[in-house]
Amino acid sequence: MDNMMITLPLLILFLPLVSFIILIFFGKRLPRQGDWVAVGSIVTTLLFALYLFIQMILKSDQGGYTGTNAINASFSWIDLDAFKVDLGILVDNITIIMLLIVTLVSSCTHIFSLKYMEGDIRYSRYYAYLGLFTFSMNGIVLADNLISMYMSWELVGVSSYLLIGHWFEKDSATDAGKKAFLTNRVGDIGFFIGIMLLYTAVGSFAFDPIFDSIAGGDTITGLTLTLAGLGIFMGAVGKSSQFPLHIWLPDAMEGPTPVSALMHAATMVAAGVYMSVRLFPIFTPDALLVIAYTGGITAILAALIAITQNDIKKVLAYSTVSQLGYMILAVGTGVYTAAFFHLLTHAMFKANLFYCSGSVIHSMHHALHKVHDEKTDPQDMRNMGGFKEKMPVTYWSMLISTLAIAGVPLFSGFLSKDAILAGTLAFAQHHPEHFLLPLFGFGAAAITAFYMFRLIFMTFHGKPNMKDIFKDIHESPKEMTGPIVLLGTLSFFIFYTLPYFNPISDHGWFTDLVVPQTSAVPGSMTANEIAEHAHHAHYLAMGLSIAVATIGILLAFLMYVKNVISPKKLSDRFGFLYDWSLNKFYFDENYNRFLYQPFLKLSETVSWLDWDFYDKYFINGFGRITNLLSKLSGKFDYDGIDQGLVDGLGRISGVAGENLRKIQTGRLQNYLLYVVAGILVIIIIQAF
Amino acid sequence: MHSLDSYLFISSMLFCLGVFGVMTRRNAIAVLMGVELILNAANINFVAFSKFNGMNLDGHIFGLFVIVLAAAEAAVALAIIINIYNNLNSINVDDAAELRQ
Amino acid sequence: MAELVFWFVAAITIISAGFVVLNNQLIYSAVALLFTLFGVAGIYVFLWADFIAGIQILVYVGGILVLVIFGIMLTNKIKSVRISHKSMQQGVGGAVALWLFIFLSIALSKAPWAVSEAIEPSGTVREIGILLLTDYLLPFEIISLLLLGALIGAAVLSRGDA
Repeated sequence: MDNMMITLPLLILFLPLVSFIILIFFGKRLPRQGDWVAVGSIVTTLLFALYLFIQMILKSDQGGYTGTNAINASFSWIDLDAFKVDLGILVDNITIIMLLIVTLVSSCTHIFSLKYMEGDIRYSRYYAYLGLFTFSMNGIVLADNLISMYMSWELVGVSSYLLIGHWFEKDSATDAGKKAFLTNRVGDIGFFIGIMLLYTAVGSFAFDPIFDSIAGGDTITGLTLTLAGLGIFMGAVGKSSQFPLHIWLPDAMEGPTPVSALMHAATMVAAGVYMSVRLFPIFTPDALLVIAYTGGITAILAALIAITQNDIKKVLAYSTVSQLGYMILAVGTGVYTAAFFHLLTHAMFKANLFYCSGSVIHSMHHALHKVHDEKTDPQDMRNMGGFKEKMPVTYWSMLISTLAIAGVPLFSGFLSKDAILAGTLAFAQHHPEHFLLPLFGFGAAAITAFYMFRLIFMTFHGKPNMKDIFKDIHESPKEMTGPIVLLGTLSFFIFYTLPYFNPISDHGWFTDLVVPQTSAVPGSMTANEIAEHAHHAHYLAMGLSIAVATIGILLAFLMYVKNVISPKKLSDRFGFLYDWSLNKFYFDENYNRFLYQPFLKLSETVSWLDWDFYDKYFINGFGRITNLLSKLSGKFDYDGIDQGLVDGLGRISGVAGENLRKIQTGRLQNYLLYVVAGILVIIIIQAF
Repeated sequence: MHSLDSYLFISSMLFCLGVFGVMTRRNAIAVLMGVELILNAANINFVAFSKFNGMNLDGHIFGLFVIVLAAAEAAVALAIIINIYNNLNSINVDDAAELRQ
Repeated sequence: MAELVFWFVAAITIISAGFVVLNNQLIYSAVALLFTLFGVAGIYVFLWADFIAGIQILVYVGGILVLVIFGIMLTNKIKSVRISHKSMQQGVGGAVALWLFIFLSIALSKAPWAVSEAIEPSGTVREIGILLLTDYLLPFEIISLLLLGALIGAAVLSRGDA
């Protein structure tokens, strides 16, 4: 049985990779461009993940696969004396739930794309990249050590880049892809520094040795540990689009909507949260504080931006950022299992919201195309209105998911949000100076309810804003509505409280199986303490969250349905606030002005140094000097040596020869003289 | 009467003068005269040694032969010279160099 | 007294020899040669070689010198020049000859000749005659052959193309 528990996760991991390889090389030649390869592989992984999930449920009386029951298989990758790295997989409850999330949403995306991306110019490549993404996401989920997590982390970034820029004919898409990747990289620098800090102190990359070493309290402590934790958290800031690196996620909406659903709602952005959940034991209280504030600020900031956005996908994007902020906030305040719970519910309803919006956009596209209108933005909510009767399935599913995200009881979001808010309240109760955190939390909840319902009202209620195309709006094909229905259903509370039926309970299979560990940092509150405190604050939080949600929905209702309060008048009245919100608080502009431009200037200066100064003077100078030297040398060689020595030798020989020739006079008496002289010389030599 | 050395001294002088004559003179007959000097010098040597070796008359005999040979040689040489003169109209030794070509 | 005469004779010989080789006029050289030969004969006398001295005068002076003078006379009629030819390479030749002389002198004076005393003979003619026909018979005969050859040769040579 255990063997299956290792083989199946490995299959889940590698099947999408196989699909990727096949589709990249042969995709175009396969019938239907090979989408059945992708869909087949992903559905298979879904079935495997379901199997694992069931296994876990069956073992739930033993606590499932936690602690000592967790499956850990590794192999030695690098084995040098000074450096050892083992790679492997870790399969425990969290892993199994996460695998299920990833494979489920990925399958929905694959099926949804069958119709949404029909006729796309790079159909097979799209599916190939989806496979690559699924592979890398599973890699993060299954990692049991920081190195393979980091490798998969980067791969996920690459897949994101490739998929965001899928329609790379559009400059905005390629820019968005680059922005996403580079912003991620900034976060990853911190991640890597954090990994290295941990490794140099602990000597291993794997989780359990690190936890044990930290708990031992002597290898890495204090400021170093905080810094390591913050470094690793930086990776989450980048990947999960937290403030201040949240700028890439809204731009990433340039990618196809199913991709947005998969990556930028359910899975990739959740990777940061997942990683924080996994590595919760290494965060010191100081690090956790930073994490909490980051999450809180992100939550409220993104919510404030979302209320004025007109593009349906942008609203959802900021909503995602805000919800991710919630999750990070939960990690920071200690209730990290609540964060994971919210990750699960959020994956379901946010992916659904994206699919529904995709369905709406798809419909708008077709309608606009029919009247040859290329200029109108099919994603702008101001062009929509009254789609309720035309797209009933989409409407009802979206409504359910919106109720979930708003935190209305009887829906999944209520349970998870409630848990988070209870955690923040509890934290503030024990640290009253951090009152801002629950304030951010509840405030964001109210605003979330508001803008999500604004979206619903603007899109589906009221009168249609573009009457000429309204008649062509129709429901989407069943490949698209299928996932919508499925995920909509999963937005109900019941699936998360099984085997209990209490809609406001904080017990269920999830809470039974996903049990928080105590932090490894010596001196932290134990998990039990945290849970206790949260439990005490539970009912207060519940009441408050219902209240704020009601306020938000009511306000949206009044403004967009009953038109009692006019949005226009409000926006004029609070002019500059509206501007700020609409323009995303000018983050991109300011980053550009204070970060990018100065850096570009610096690059230009350095480039000038290199090109115009160094190249011109030194390199060319060298060239000229060499030229001159070679001329001199040539002159020396030709005139000096050739003329002087070589010719000179010749001349000397000639002269010598001519002169020596004169000895041979032909006269006898000269020779006689030579003979006598020679005899003399010989005699002299002999004598001496 | 006198030591051997003086006779040898005289004969060497004569010899050197004869060599000088042969080396320097252009006229063939002058060269011949130089040769005669040389021969005479050698002759003096012979005879001197003959006297100073207990009157061993071998030296005399030799001297005699030398004289005879000198005579024969002079005769032949002069015949050649006259022949050359008849052909070349000059008895300059330099001029008789046609064979060299 | 004899000493003086000896050196006088020697001086005549050598000076005449010098004259022979240095003079540009051929006839003068010939005459100087005459004196030289006479001088040499005198030296022979001092060396108790009476027969050789006689033969010297007879053959050398009477025969060879006469031949030389005949030669001079016969080869006289050249273009325009008098019978004077300048010498050549006198400088170097003189130096070499001088050097040769110096060397010879040094060598001769340093050499340990094996000298033995002799008594003056009454005359050498008799002994020479005996030697010629006993010990030196072969050279004697060969010399006569040689003389014959020279004779014929000279005769042939001087005949020309007649």
